[in-house]
Amino acid sequence: MKRVPIIEMVRIGKSFPGVMANEDVSFRVYPGEIHALLGENGAGKSTLMSILAGLYRPDSGYIKVRNNPVKFRSPRNALESGIGMIYQHFRLIQNFTVAENIVLGAQTGTIKLDRKQIEEETRELSERFGLEVNPSAKVNQLSLGEQQRVEILKMLYRGCDILIMDEPTTVLTPQEVSDLFKVLRKMAEQGKAVVLITHKLNEVMEIADYVTVLRKGSVVGDDRIANLDEKTLTSMMVAREVKASKVDRKSQSGDAVLEIKDLQIPADQGHIAVHRANMTIHSGEIVAIAGVAGNGQRELVEAIAGLRTPLAGDILLLGEKINHMDIRERVDMGITMVPEDRMGMGLVPNLNVMDNSILRAYHRNVFSSGPFFNYKKIRSYTNKLVKDYNIYLSDVAHPINYLSGGNLQKLLLGREIDQAPRLLVASYLVRGLDVAAAEAVYKILLEERARGTAILLVLEDLDDIFRMADRVAVMYDGQVKDILDVESTDIDKIGALMLGAEEVGVNNA
Amino acid sequence: MEASAFIALLAAAIVAGTPILFAALGELMAERSGILNLGVEGMMLVGAVMGFIFTVNTGNHWYGLLAAIIGGGLMATIHAFISVSLRGNQVVSGLALTIFGTGISGFMGKSYQGIPIGGAFKPLVVPVLGDIPVLGPILFRHDALVYISLVLAIVLWYVLYRTQWGLNARAVGENPAAADAVGISVSRVRYICTILGGMLAGMGGAYLSLAYAPTWQENMTAGRGWIAVALVIFALWNPLRGVFGSYLFGGVEALTFRMQTVGIHISSFFLSMLPYLLTIFVLVLVTIRLRQEAGAPGALGVPYDREER
Amino acid sequence: MLRLRLVKREQDFLAARVFVPILSILLAFAFGWIFLSLSGFEPGETYRRMFQGAFGSKYAISETIVKAIPLSLAGLAVSLAFRMKLWNIGAEGQIYMGAFAASGVALSVGDASAWLMLPIMLIAGFVAGGLWGAIPGTLRAFWDVNETITSLMLNYVAIFWVDYLVFGPWKDPGSLGFPLTPRFPAGGYLPTLGMSRVHMGLVIAAVIAVVFYILLNYTRWGYEVKVIGESQEAARYAGMSVAKNILLVMLISGGIAGIAGMIEVAGITHRLQQGISPGYGYTAIIVAWLARLNPFAIIVVAFLFGALLVGGFGVQTFGVSFSIVLMLQGAVLFFLLAGEIFMKYRLAFNKEEV
Repeated sequence: MKRVPIIEMVRIGKSFPGVMANEDVSFRVYPGEIHALLGENGAGKSTLMSILAGLYRPDSGYIKVRNNPVKFRSPRNALESGIGMIYQHFRLIQNFTVAENIVLGAQTGTIKLDRKQIEEETRELSERFGLEVNPSAKVNQLSLGEQQRVEILKMLYRGCDILIMDEPTTVLTPQEVSDLFKVLRKMAEQGKAVVLITHKLNEVMEIADYVTVLRKGSVVGDDRIANLDEKTLTSMMVAREVKASKVDRKSQSGDAVLEIKDLQIPADQGHIAVHRANMTIHSGEIVAIAGVAGNGQRELVEAIAGLRTPLAGDILLLGEKINHMDIRERVDMGITMVPEDRMGMGLVPNLNVMDNSILRAYHRNVFSSGPFFNYKKIRSYTNKLVKDYNIYLSDVAHPINYLSGGNLQKLLLGREIDQAPRLLVASYLVRGLDVAAAEAVYKILLEERARGTAILLVLEDLDDIFRMADRVAVMYDGQVKDILDVESTDIDKIGALMLGAEEVGVNNA
Repeated sequence: MEASAFIALLAAAIVAGTPILFAALGELMAERSGILNLGVEGMMLVGAVMGFIFTVNTGNHWYGLLAAIIGGGLMATIHAFISVSLRGNQVVSGLALTIFGTGISGFMGKSYQGIPIGGAFKPLVVPVLGDIPVLGPILFRHDALVYISLVLAIVLWYVLYRTQWGLNARAVGENPAAADAVGISVSRVRYICTILGGMLAGMGGAYLSLAYAPTWQENMTAGRGWIAVALVIFALWNPLRGVFGSYLFGGVEALTFRMQTVGIHISSFFLSMLPYLLTIFVLVLVTIRLRQEAGAPGALGVPYDREER
Repeated sequence: MLRLRLVKREQDFLAARVFVPILSILLAFAFGWIFLSLSGFEPGETYRRMFQGAFGSKYAISETIVKAIPLSLAGLAVSLAFRMKLWNIGAEGQIYMGAFAASGVALSVGDASAWLMLPIMLIAGFVAGGLWGAIPGTLRAFWDVNETITSLMLNYVAIFWVDYLVFGPWKDPGSLGFPLTPRFPAGGYLPTLGMSRVHMGLVIAAVIAVVFYILLNYTRWGYEVKVIGESQEAARYAGMSVAKNILLVMLISGGIAGIAGMIEVAGITHRLQQGISPGYGYTAIIVAWLARLNPFAIIVVAFLFGALLVGGFGVQTFGVSFSIVLMLQGAVLFFLLAGEIFMKYRLAFNKEEV
């Protein structure tokens, strides 16, 4: 008997301003299958699945569900066909309860909203699939892992039998990842199809039955996982071999540049985000902070840069207390920062490249003649940045909205590094970048390390931490659990600390 | 102050608060869906003039009310089109609506200035309840629109917090992408809420020209639309708190009227400033004490573009 | 079936910056045409009379310029705030406060040389308008209170305050009951240009426009205003003081509007009186938006809207309400907002087989 695919996408094309996101993509999923959609960042995976979920409309091509041609105008149409997508950024209403989020928009046939009843329904559903949540809790009180469960339940409640998950493991600890995989397996056994969007090979090998590989918007191969190995998949994913840069740990780090002593930092809502953190970073070393997002990393970074005032404790740069200094004084002392929100904080979207390249240095006299800006000087400085950091753009007078993610990040990082910093603090530097762009960014970092800059990185990918960092600090619930030498630790130890285990470390520098 | 005067004052507070209540309920509805409509003043004026013109020409104030509702709704449709379909700037569109509404109402009402009206809404004494001492005169001897506004406040509260549709509408205001992802039509909800909001503002205007005043004067709303916008913040986007706030403002207005009659010698110009100063004061108080997360819809004033990347 | 939809442009459509404002004015008049004829007026005749009233004679043109002066100043005032996405809609009240303070100076100083009197009146107008703008500015900067509502509420307060003065303590005993103060001494008269009513305010507006242009485009402060307007988070990260700049911008914005009030009393009425501004502060919002906040364009647009005001007064004798002017203004803004979408998006036709 010939198996019928539950989903068939045929010759799909979709472009965004300046980008061809999908070109002539065909994609097929069978019931009971965990299907990995593999590709590096920017390969067009999310776009393809957003088309399947009814969020975007394809420019060309067609979709069949259970052999019937369909035309989705909105996510509602897709849901009606049983297709549900869980995005990387959860689509949950933060101040609604779990149960409210789950029934939201569902056709229940009743006008009245019966809280007891929807909470009961939520409870039943969560027990059936082993997805534990408290139905009456507000979503903003939940961890990201729990929020993901709410998202899955939301789709199950709607009777979805095709579940698309976009990079579901990035927000999870290693333990939570294995729990999630168990749930996905269970769903597949019940005949549901799961599409997993990912760029992580090990996940594909571990969970998927079948894989489709995308590169630059097109399908470059697909096969049963049993017929493939990691090496073949890598070569499919990335066209040319990219030499992965790696820290040369033989070079010695120097004097202490940044010292943090008993630092307590407030969160936005008034409670404490970081409790009594201690940390020292030396010149010429990279310290990475590992931890699930939202455990105090952002607040720590902002306190160092001067964007957030600590409640107690000291921050010292080269032995000098800088607690009282404002952002500009810290910039002038050589503290530079690449914030996690690139377009929201690091750069100004509607301004042009020149304006953005002087964002943190506009107060310096080098850009002015007397009281007035000298645009000639600003332009030539911008051109220098563009050249030094290999930024591809058509005109420095154009708004930066039209640059790609990789070029934006190079502009941002280049601008900060060009200040010849003593300390560089950077968050999620390679988030959303493709392999080549990420490598370019890492190469810049390593050059800085060699120059003797002390570097503090907040990273989400444990593999990157092992590749880039000299030492790793694990943050959990506002505490720096431990600081470990990368050489003498392993993923399991870090994973355990990320989940809040007590210190297992050796080197508390 | 004597007891009877105090009772009269409270009753007057309810009457003076009613036009603001209608408008505030309308604005609350639009804002809950994420649309900031600063055109309340303009929509009220159009409601007031339409209500008046139709009442004068038909002799039936209910037809007038209907015309006011349609007028307010049409005005809001312009705002909805610009804000939702064209993703335009909501602040500027709202200001345009106010200026436009002031102009068009003045234009249409020119020949109706100061003419008397036959069929205004008259106070009714509710049987039995109206005879209760103290409470009777305060609560149960008003015109029909006062009761309609109260019922609408309760209905709106019920719809927003106790129905599936209300949940959907609030979701659109909080996080349109999330609502969209579960199949709620963001545009449809926003259109509906904005237009219904305009209809309510139209009723508020009609209350002024058909019951409170009852006459037509250019610009007769005198900033009540803006007070209604402020009141929504004061009410923390909750219709029942809106009732309380409206009557508070109505109370101040009623008080300024009465202060002169009871022989308190403050220039009437200063007394006239009171409602506006109170609005600022209340706004400051609420903003400082309760902060943003206390209820402002998360996506208020932000256009939604599904393909925004 | 063909379906229309909006597609984001790859580059902003710059030609639309000029094209859209002009088209929106034309469309607003087309809308007015329909509306007038439905209301039983002769649209052609109405518009002809409006044009006649605004440009038909030397006097008409000078009147148009006279109206364009406060509109330019108020337009410049609100445009500065708009650049920082501060919705100062309190220019009307700031004009009244500026007029009040300038009148206070003129009425209390008595006879003094214009060289002394006028600068003091100007400063007084700036300070009073500035402080009036600084109230919502302070509330916004330090407590995040919505400046739209507070600045608007203060308009009513300012107007009642001036009413109180001209009906009460400052009333001219010889005014036969009219709400006016006595005339200013001669030193409080702004010099006129030639024999017309056009006064020095025109020069002041032009100077302020030039200063604005230089400040906003060529100084660090202008850069700060630009960055804060686009992204407060980025501004904080760049070490700029957001609160200080909000306060400063509201102060200057209010101050310029205050100057508009000063030049009205010193240049035209020569006394404080009721209704010193027929809504310049509100019209200024449209002027600024239509000019896309460009200081020089503001002066050009203010001239057009001055003409509209004068033309509007002209048709009143013809039986058409002056409200037609407000209606047209609102309509211009609607068409402008609708047109702006074409700068970022273009229309596309989707072929769909059903």
